Amino acid sequence: MRVVLAEDLFLLRDGLVRLLEAHDFEIAAAVESGPELSRALAELDPDVAVVDVRLPPTHTDEGLQCALEARRRRPGLPVLVLSQHVEQLYARELLADGSGAVGYLLKDRVFDAEQFVDAVRRVAAGGTAMDPQVIQQLLARKSADDRPLARLTPREREVLEEMAQGRSNAAIAGKLVVTERAIAKHTANIFAKLGLEVSDDDNRRVLAVLAHLDHGR
Amino acid sequence: MTTERMSTGHTSGGTTTPDPTSAEAGNPEAGSGVTKRGGGRERHTKGLLKGALRGLGLALVSLPLSVLAFALILVSIALIPAGVGIVTTPYVLNGARTYANWRRVLAAEWGGVRIPPAYRPVPKDANPWARTFGMLRDPATWRELLWLPVDMTAGFVTALLPAVLLLYPLEGFALAAGLWRVMPDPYWYGFVPVGDRTSALGAGALALGLLFSAHFLSPSVLAAHYRLTRAILSPGQGELEERVRVLTETRRDAVDTSAAELRRIERDLHDGAQARLVAMGMDLGTIETLLDKDPQKARQLIAQARKSSVEALSELRELVRGIHPPVLAERGLGDAVRALALRLPVATEVNVDLPGRAEAPVESAAYFAVSEVLTNAVKHAEADRIWVDLHHTEGHVRVSVTDNGKGGAAIGAGSGLAGVERRLGTFDGVLAVSSPAGGPTMVTMEIPCALS
Repeated sequence: MRVVLAEDLFLLRDGLVRLLEAHDFEIAAAVESGPELSRALAELDPDVAVVDVRLPPTHTDEGLQCALEARRRRPGLPVLVLSQHVEQLYARELLADGSGAVGYLLKDRVFDAEQFVDAVRRVAAGGTAMDPQVIQQLLARKSADDRPLARLTPREREVLEEMAQGRSNAAIAGKLVVTERAIAKHTANIFAKLGLEVSDDDNRRVLAVLAHLDHGR
Repeated sequence: MTTERMSTGHTSGGTTTPDPTSAEAGNPEAGSGVTKRGGGRERHTKGLLKGALRGLGLALVSLPLSVLAFALILVSIALIPAGVGIVTTPYVLNGARTYANWRRVLAAEWGGVRIPPAYRPVPKDANPWARTFGMLRDPATWRELLWLPVDMTAGFVTALLPAVLLLYPLEGFALAAGLWRVMPDPYWYGFVPVGDRTSALGAGALALGLLFSAHFLSPSVLAAHYRLTRAILSPGQGELEERVRVLTETRRDAVDTSAAELRRIERDLHDGAQARLVAMGMDLGTIETLLDKDPQKARQLIAQARKSSVEALSELRELVRGIHPPVLAERGLGDAVRALALRLPVATEVNVDLPGRAEAPVESAAYFAVSEVLTNAVKHAEADRIWVDLHHTEGHVRVSVTDNGKGGAAIGAGSGLAGVERRLGTFDGVLAVSSPAGGPTMVTMEIPCALS
């Protein structure tokens, strides 16, 4: 699997390259600025891009803008965005085109190599990887004025949080140490309570949940 | 006016330096440096005559004009609540300014007294509302309004007095010369009752005295007239003093605030991230020694060290957000406020119309002001909807935060709004609160700044 990596701090870039190579990814390019990233995304046609939000030369949200621009040119290009801070505002922009294959994680998540690599693979496969912090913010906002959400049991809420981050039933079952069938029951209940259409497609399911949580904002 | 006088006036610097009239007025010899002494005295007499005539003209013209302008302004301002005043006030005030400017020119040309006009610029394409209130906020407008009544009283008297001192003696001389015979008895000339030849001569003596005093007094009376005009119309020392006071105060606030901020940051780093890194270092040291002896325990400590690093990062993130929010650096004020609104537990609508970015310090001040006001609204107002409006007009960033809560917010009273006001003050920003009991609350902030 070919990866384009954009990160301006040498230590982090180097660490990410070693981490990804150790998990059998092929690093097509590891760049350190916005213009280089744009070129690499246009020319190398990677399977997934791992991009830091803040890049030179402007040190603003150059990385995010490059990623969004590349996705406009090639819809559905898998992009995993990393940042020192997560904002619902940026998550919404990444999810706006509705085609999925986006990830948005705090840089801290790299500490847990297995989970991080899993997120990269998921995004590359067209799935979603949202940072737990984004989901918690969304839930906190939504809970204030959303009755259906208030009717969820604590366990269902837990499952919803995991699901919104982009995990499959199998992954959630593994994490919460229950059977996959139990999770399937929970998800069916959640969808019924929120009034969402049940979908077998994991990716669609995540996008529907995220759209519901971000609705009316 | 003689040609000679004209040339003297112009070669000595036109309107910016004292006119020969006033130079002579202040010092009879000053204007005659190039002429003979006798010529100087003759010119002084001419100067007196001219000054008196000008004063007379000025008094006769300025009285009705000042009364008219004053009345029109008062009526126009009184009509603002009725709506008509909003349209008429700019015109009336502009008329008054034209009149005041004409008087400034006269003061410079006739009295050698320069009165710099200090009107704030009025935007040309602004609506009548903005023009009216823009002009009414200008202290120059209020100085004019004060000047008009003074001009129609004290100004009128000082302008008229030189002419009176020159013309009244003529009557006295006429009385002494025989006019007393046809006058009703007793006829009062000044404080002298004229009834016979002796008292008529007394009147003549008084007239002579008056004429003599005119010779010395008229120039200073006229000068007093122009100086009176300047004293009221020119932007005074008081405003400068006020400005210095405000700057001193806001600078002290700014220094205090930033010192307190630095102390807070130091304490947060010391007790937070720094302490966690120390703990991590110790854990790593222990892990090193335990690695062979007790791998189980080592693994436990590794998990603990990782947890410490995550916590240290999250603390640093919060700290950074408090110093300068990353979204503000990456996207500017508009998106930073949008991101802030998304973190609030209350539904918040944000409207932004900023065609560019403000300077970083202004952006930061505005952001933290909005943040504080929003926190207030969430904490105290019990609101369930908040509206934030951000736009840039007439060289100001204007922010209004409105909530549908219970109202009753005030600057001071531990609301935090006083702190916001102080911090905005550093940037000459202002804050206004409208919060009747029962709500809604609207907090408006304005900071002068240019966008890039």
